[in-house]
Amino acid sequence: MEHFFSLFVRSIFVDNMVFAFFLGMCSFLAVSKNVKTALGLGIAVIFVQFITLPVNYLLQTKVLAPLGLEFLSFILFIAVIAGIVQLVEMIVEKFSPSLYNSLGIFLPLIAVNCAIMGGSLFMQQRIVMDADNTQAITCFGDSIAFALGSGIGWALAIVCLAAIREKMEYCDIPKPLKGVGITFITVGLMAMAFMCFSGLSI
Amino acid sequence: MANKNSEALKQPMWANNPVLVQILGICSALAVTAQLKPAIVMGLSVTVIVAMANVIISLLRNTIPNRIRIIIQLVVVAALVTIVSEILKAFAYDVSVQLSVYVGLIITNCILMGRLEAFAMQNGPWASFLDGIGNGLGYAAILIVVAFVRELFGSGTLFGFQVIPQCFYEAGYLNNGLMIMPPMALVLVGCVIWFHRAKNKDLQEN
Repeated sequence: MEHFFSLFVRSIFVDNMVFAFFLGMCSFLAVSKNVKTALGLGIAVIFVQFITLPVNYLLQTKVLAPLGLEFLSFILFIAVIAGIVQLVEMIVEKFSPSLYNSLGIFLPLIAVNCAIMGGSLFMQQRIVMDADNTQAITCFGDSIAFALGSGIGWALAIVCLAAIREKMEYCDIPKPLKGVGITFITVGLMAMAFMCFSGLSI
Repeated sequence: MANKNSEALKQPMWANNPVLVQILGICSALAVTAQLKPAIVMGLSVTVIVAMANVIISLLRNTIPNRIRIIIQLVVVAALVTIVSEILKAFAYDVSVQLSVYVGLIITNCILMGRLEAFAMQNGPWASFLDGIGNGLGYAAILIVVAFVRELFGSGTLFGFQVIPQCFYEAGYLNNGLMIMPPMALVLVGCVIWFHRAKNKDLQEN
């Protein structure tokens, strides 16, 4: 239980998907112009991560590793992710049209979001780590903790950036730096702030 | 026609660079640039994969049903990435360890999906091949620039060889440790974009 909690907190703050590994940058930069849409995409990422990562964990430990088929993992993981995204989209559309309207446009984007694929690939690396390592994923519960933590970390990052960009609308920025340039530098400064968490341990 | 082909090759190098202008493929561009060697390997791998995937999708473009095209594109890319990853593991093991998950993440690299959707679905195989090479090299160029600065100032080396003379260190010069940390990669790419937009006035936003 202790390991579960420390893995969860660690993957939100210390191993943040955006600031430590640069994953999911494309949609991170493109969809962070206002807080509301950023929050929608963030929730969609948490949701998809929470479903795909444990499924890929089971696939890796129960099917690929025993059969020695690890070289097929890229194709299988991406197929699982694309399939689940499609499935989630259909289920949400059927049972909760209001949620579909707010998340709908983002769901197809998530299939090619590197944070999701990256989460599965990190999980594959961390299964073989020693059990006393705080990053190790040793059981099914750990994979859920990692999925939730990394999803929430990503959502936190995009909402923060969107809030800063909303404020920055009124700033006098040099012309060539406007738009993407200043956004990169802002993310860099946020990443420096997040480095303060690197000593965090529970 | 020949003119259009050379445009497909040249455009992405500078005026329509995938990283600087289209803002695609940022994730790996930042993560692998702490040193030059992995950056170059990554740039070449992406170039090969984009070119091959562009050709395959361009050949199949008239037979792919529109509704499931994303899945087909993903499977083609995933197969190519698996091949490249196995080749790297066989012939350049230390680099493939350094690149870790980022080789696998070429699958979700937006440059690939972007070029497949925007170019290969509408154009013939030869033009698509050139477009893939152009975009891959444009991407590699940015990786090399960022990695050059980060490795030079971060560890005082290039390709692992020391270039900053020992007497500098004896006189009190220190490597800038922040250069190797993730935040500086973002700031450096921001500065490259700044320079690029200052040269290309029509790209500036109002």
